[in-house]
Amino acid sequence: MSFLFVAIGGFFGSMLRFYISVKAKKHLFGTWIANITGSILLGITVHFHITNQLSEIVWLLSGIGFCGAYTTFSTFGNETLQLIFDKRYGVATGYIASSLVVSLFFVYTTLVVM
Amino acid sequence: MSNLHSFKLYIAVGIGGMIGAIGRYVISLLFQASEVFPYATLITNLIGCFLLSFVLNKGLINQKLSPEMFAALGTGMIGAFTTFSTFAVETVELWQTNHYLSILYIVLSIFGGLGFCYLGFMSARGREVLS
Repeated sequence: MSFLFVAIGGFFGSMLRFYISVKAKKHLFGTWIANITGSILLGITVHFHITNQLSEIVWLLSGIGFCGAYTTFSTFGNETLQLIFDKRYGVATGYIASSLVVSLFFVYTTLVVM
Repeated sequence: MSNLHSFKLYIAVGIGGMIGAIGRYVISLLFQASEVFPYATLITNLIGCFLLSFVLNKGLINQKLSPEMFAALGTGMIGAFTTFSTFAVETVELWQTNHYLSILYIVLSIFGGLGFCYLGFMSARGREVLS
């Protein structure tokens, strides 16, 4: 049964990521937005999960299914490699650094500070 | 792009995403025992980097598959299989217990991910590039 909830979350998460990447025109920015907002949402979800304020179903749906599928590492890696191939080293470094710093800052805030 | 065509693309990405998310969940269950280091997410992300790079660069895959199937495979399945949010949360969780492991996790994910993307690229197009 748990697989069903993960699958439903994955269905909507990947569709929303696709929608944002189409709307963003520049796919790089779409992936960036999805990864940052998805990390914040997962941070909030984990916060309520470890304080037992969240049912297991919501955790599977939102945490593992939705947030997991909404954010992506493979596209992030391939976009960065493409930037390196294009010799746009500054953009590649900035893309990695900003994805890390912004997502980790917000996740740290939701998990540790809150 | 017609509405119907666009609708079919979204559904295809969603169905691919279901499969990818289940695959990621299965791997996380298999590795549940190791709580010291988030191997499951690392392995998932590295495999996904290789696969997506291979799929994007192997021209034959793009030619043989319909646009819906291609989107379902790349954006949907492999995109949903890998995850950035879990990586970010696990990094912060590791940081609270062991700073070094946390930094090691970031380095392995980022450079490993780029390395596996490159491996995927070379597997798909190595012959053309080298010749």
